[in-house]
Amino acid sequence: MSKDLVDLITAKPDARNKKRKLNGKERFWLIFRYISLTFIWFLVVMPIYVMVINSLKGVKNVYLTNAFKLPEKLDFSAWSVAWSGTDYFPQSISESMTRTLFFVIQASIISAIIGSINGYVFAKWKFKGSNLIFTFFLFGMFIPYQAIMIPLVRIATTLEINKSIYVLILAHIIYGIPICTLIFRNYYEAIPNELIEAARVDKASMVRTYRSIILPLSLPAFVVVLIWQFTSAWNDFLFAIFLTGGSPKLSVATTALNFITGSSNQVYYGVNMTASLIVSLPTLIVYIFLGRYFLRGLLSGSLKG
Amino acid sequence: MSKIVKNKRSLSARLGGLLFVLPSILVVMIFVYGLILWSVNVSLTNQNSGTKKAIEYVGLKNYTDLVADERFTHSLSNLVKFTVVFILGALVTGFIMSLLLEKGIKGEGFFRSFYLYPMAISFIAMGTVFNWLLNSARDEEAGGLNLALQKIGLGFLQNDWYVSERGSMYAMALPAIWQMSGYVLALFLAGFRGIPDDMREAARVDGASESQIYRHVLFPQLTPTLLTILIILGHISMKAFDLIIGINGKSYVTQVVAVYMWEATFDKRDYAKGTSIAIVLLIMIAVVVVPYLRYNNKQQAYR
Repeated sequence: MSKDLVDLITAKPDARNKKRKLNGKERFWLIFRYISLTFIWFLVVMPIYVMVINSLKGVKNVYLTNAFKLPEKLDFSAWSVAWSGTDYFPQSISESMTRTLFFVIQASIISAIIGSINGYVFAKWKFKGSNLIFTFFLFGMFIPYQAIMIPLVRIATTLEINKSIYVLILAHIIYGIPICTLIFRNYYEAIPNELIEAARVDKASMVRTYRSIILPLSLPAFVVVLIWQFTSAWNDFLFAIFLTGGSPKLSVATTALNFITGSSNQVYYGVNMTASLIVSLPTLIVYIFLGRYFLRGLLSGSLKG
Repeated sequence: MSKIVKNKRSLSARLGGLLFVLPSILVVMIFVYGLILWSVNVSLTNQNSGTKKAIEYVGLKNYTDLVADERFTHSLSNLVKFTVVFILGALVTGFIMSLLLEKGIKGEGFFRSFYLYPMAISFIAMGTVFNWLLNSARDEEAGGLNLALQKIGLGFLQNDWYVSERGSMYAMALPAIWQMSGYVLALFLAGFRGIPDDMREAARVDGASESQIYRHVLFPQLTPTLLTILIILGHISMKAFDLIIGINGKSYVTQVVAVYMWEATFDKRDYAKGTSIAIVLLIMIAVVVVPYLRYNNKQQAYR
């Protein structure tokens, strides 16, 4: 596929630029489309709407019966309770959020570096069997991680790295290799071979070519991979729950949230909604500002990007 | 062209390439394939930290036990129900969304950005909201979605949702559809826009109606996209774990294979059983994904 999927999606089809008067039937369909699009829009926005309005109703005045109603007066107390806890609500997410941010950023950066090197080789320095090896890499992206989890936990326990957050950094780097390699490889495939050849004529080494030609062109791919790894590590629950065993000392955003909202004896729904919102904010903000790059990562997972 | 280039390369240059990816190859070999084999190995033993006894090989006993295990077959049938409804639902929803957008419409960017944001949010965070909104109380006591349905005159649709005895998995598919339809939209939109405009124009010149153009010109072109979507959704669905946990925890009614594996491993410390469930899951997914990877690999070769 020569054209990037995201370019295709955001491209303006010729048809749309044709300015001409619509006849009655066409006008009907246009209105119908807008009504349907708006209806779907409301459905899509609904959970976020529920999170936001119920986070502004304070700690105690949140009931399922008024879940969709706007707050009568703004009350931000649920935010401070969700963030730092109080005496009757001891769990808080501030610590887990900081911890998650710390590990996710490191994992993303290292993943991106590894992905870039691998992608460069698989795209431009193919060796015998490299395509086959790459396909074997890709399979690693689709496996259910449960299939490796019990030995992985065993290794982490034996090496005693399951007592620090580094265990999650390592896990996300290792199991991020396939997708990160894939994204960079696809990106580098599009760089003309002539550029590499020109460098070779000048007797530039492989590393030199990478540094002086490939790397300066790589920023967009780095953004895609950083965002992808950031989002998937941030939202990950499976590795976190298995590798940290749900230990509160190592809780990350998702495990902390699950602990808070999963405790059946507490009914502070306003705090639940606020905590969910806070946990979703980092990835949402990234999406709002760099959605195009996020989409690119998402679509490469389908192997078609 | 690239063939010639390849031959010109010196051996050292090519080995250099291998050298740089060797660490990753080793890591993937060990941590993906090695650990899978390790899991298989554990699944052939009676290893169980809950009941301490000497570890010995028991052959395929764990697998044959699973077949007879009511909880496992229950989680498998739950998974099948969930998968069917989720795939169909997300496919239809995403396809309708792409149909509404594909020709281009003023404000498309706005709608598209909103339709895709659920993909950026964790199943756990969304699960919290759906856990609350999909409350089973009805009529006078109703709140959340049941109340909303009453308000818009669709009270007859009120439901027990994920706690219902029969429909729990279908209810569970709703949040999944909500979360993944954007993905389907994106892939179909790319599919639609990858079709050259000339094809439409040619059909139009030949006197084809709009609906004929869709049916006979555009839809057939989307078959590869459809295949991709089915495979992606299929493997996501079979892995369903945090989506289920986020909404209904480990509850029996909504237990799927991945959740049952977690329970066996964590609560029962039955590693032999845990690994055998995981390997069954792996095989199910491999059956879907491996042909796709091979097909993809062949396509790459012709690039």
